[in-house]
Amino acid sequence: MKKTKNENINNNSVGVVETRYFTFAEPGREFQFESGDTLGPITLAYETYGRLNRDKSNAILILHALSGDAHAAGVHRGLDDKGWWDDMIGPGKAFDTDRYFIICSNVIGGCKGSTGPSSVNPSTGKPYALDFPFITVADMVHAERHLIDYLGIDKLLCVAGGSMGGMQVLQWVASYPERVKSAIPIATSLKHSPQQIAFNEVIRQSIMADPAWREGNYYEFGQPEKGLSVARMIGHITFMSDQSMEEKFSRRLKNDKFGFGFDADFEVEGYLRYRGANFVKRFDANSYLYITKAIDYFDLSGGKLIPQGKAINTRIMVISFKTDWLYPPYQSQEIVRTLKRRRVDATYCELTSTYGHDAFLIEVEEQTILIKHFLDKTFNGYLVAGNDGLS
Amino acid sequence: MMDSHNIPLDHRIIYSIVEDGSRVLDLGCGEGELLYPLVRDKRVRAQGIELNDKAIQECVKKGLSVFHDDIENSLREFPDNSFDYVILNQSMQEVKKVDYVIQEALRIGNKVIVGFPNFAHIKSRLMLFFQGRSPITGSLPYLWFDTPNVRFLSITDFKNFCEGKKIRIVEAHYLGEKEVVRFRPNLFALNAVFVLTNHL
Repeated sequence: MKKTKNENINNNSVGVVETRYFTFAEPGREFQFESGDTLGPITLAYETYGRLNRDKSNAILILHALSGDAHAAGVHRGLDDKGWWDDMIGPGKAFDTDRYFIICSNVIGGCKGSTGPSSVNPSTGKPYALDFPFITVADMVHAERHLIDYLGIDKLLCVAGGSMGGMQVLQWVASYPERVKSAIPIATSLKHSPQQIAFNEVIRQSIMADPAWREGNYYEFGQPEKGLSVARMIGHITFMSDQSMEEKFSRRLKNDKFGFGFDADFEVEGYLRYRGANFVKRFDANSYLYITKAIDYFDLSGGKLIPQGKAINTRIMVISFKTDWLYPPYQSQEIVRTLKRRRVDATYCELTSTYGHDAFLIEVEEQTILIKHFLDKTFNGYLVAGNDGLS
Repeated sequence: MMDSHNIPLDHRIIYSIVEDGSRVLDLGCGEGELLYPLVRDKRVRAQGIELNDKAIQECVKKGLSVFHDDIENSLREFPDNSFDYVILNQSMQEVKKVDYVIQEALRIGNKVIVGFPNFAHIKSRLMLFFQGRSPITGSLPYLWFDTPNVRFLSITDFKNFCEGKKIRIVEAHYLGEKEVVRFRPNLFALNAVFVLTNHL
């Protein structure tokens, strides 16, 4: 990935970090899913960076996308595994760990330390597989609320995230508006369009069509590698733009000439295969099925974001990217239209980028300017705009 | 109070018009030069609309709320009477559907403040008459080929427009370089600021 334009970005790191685990919903107090199912106990993997201040007013919850995890910044001891939003989280960065206490947790249903289909069901001693309850974005957020309660934080300074992370941001505003002082949904939508559902369905079908999937009971035998890697390849196509693919690969060949076979001739083929093959090593196929379904079920359109007659004091900044065709700007504009109808003052920025949906992970410079100042004004008292009067 | 040094006259006039604690929408808010003092001193609840990326960043730095949009597309979703004031300062002449924008502004705002350059200023008239050239004045500083303006109007034109549309003019301010103009404004004013309403 071209990083040259980000050269003046601060490269400070939060350094070595550690994943922690929080378990709740013990027997008798099981977690109630939106589907009606119950389950417990549930563990959430999470990481924190920076320090929580005395009045607990500087906490920011970062929410990850489809294949993300709790490891948003820094590195784990002895490893070179920079967190997925390391460019944005750290000392002096957009989410400044010298000033704020940053929390990121792996979603419920995930496979990176939080309870999900690959976790062992204590009553059978085997992974839940498809016995795991279906999850929704609201379930993710309700589970996160348990973590925030446990950390003793009454009101988050901000909830922020891109893509499915942005959906969780919107769900936080819808479910717990009094607990979020500000919200930054990035490259996201109030609901999936049929096109987005269609991509997710092809992704799921490619996993389920692999005989190695075994109706979800593959854990003794290994992942349905072929299906899962194809699923991820489809994903990667939707994350890039036509222009960024042209810049990154053009029609370049791996070995100067056509092979007249079905090996990867073009660099783009090699890239997708590489990404697919890597993904099966790090992500559970069933989690991918469950989470894509949760994204498809998500729908806060039609006034569900801010119920009629309910005022909100949350400061909102919506960000989208012009070349993002997976979550096109019109979907962010629809969030803005909803805010206008409900007379909520807010900020919307449509950023120029060639990177498509990936831009929220790559386009650090402009996002940094916007987020840094937005957080600063939210934290240090801003010139009104909020519905709660002047600070 | 507002520090009047280096602050353009039209901004000072609009600042004085807007009442404390009111809700304001600024169409084409730029870097928030007009909204910021209103929010800072007058407890105004402000929302801006702006198309320029860098200007939006400056608004965010000031703590202002701003939507990235062009004026014509930005109005439809606002409910009736969402704002006490809708401001169109030095942006009306850059809009194609002027009639639509003014009517929408009157729908969503109790009062509409419009500030625009006067095309019938004496300097324009002389330049056109004696030099046979498209006018360039203090309020219309652009050459014909690089002007952002798409509408060219005089103070008299605008008054006639309001009369024809049955829009009530609540206040009219005529501005010279540094001073208010009282004598024959359509000839001597560089800019005008009108306060309009649909309400009786």
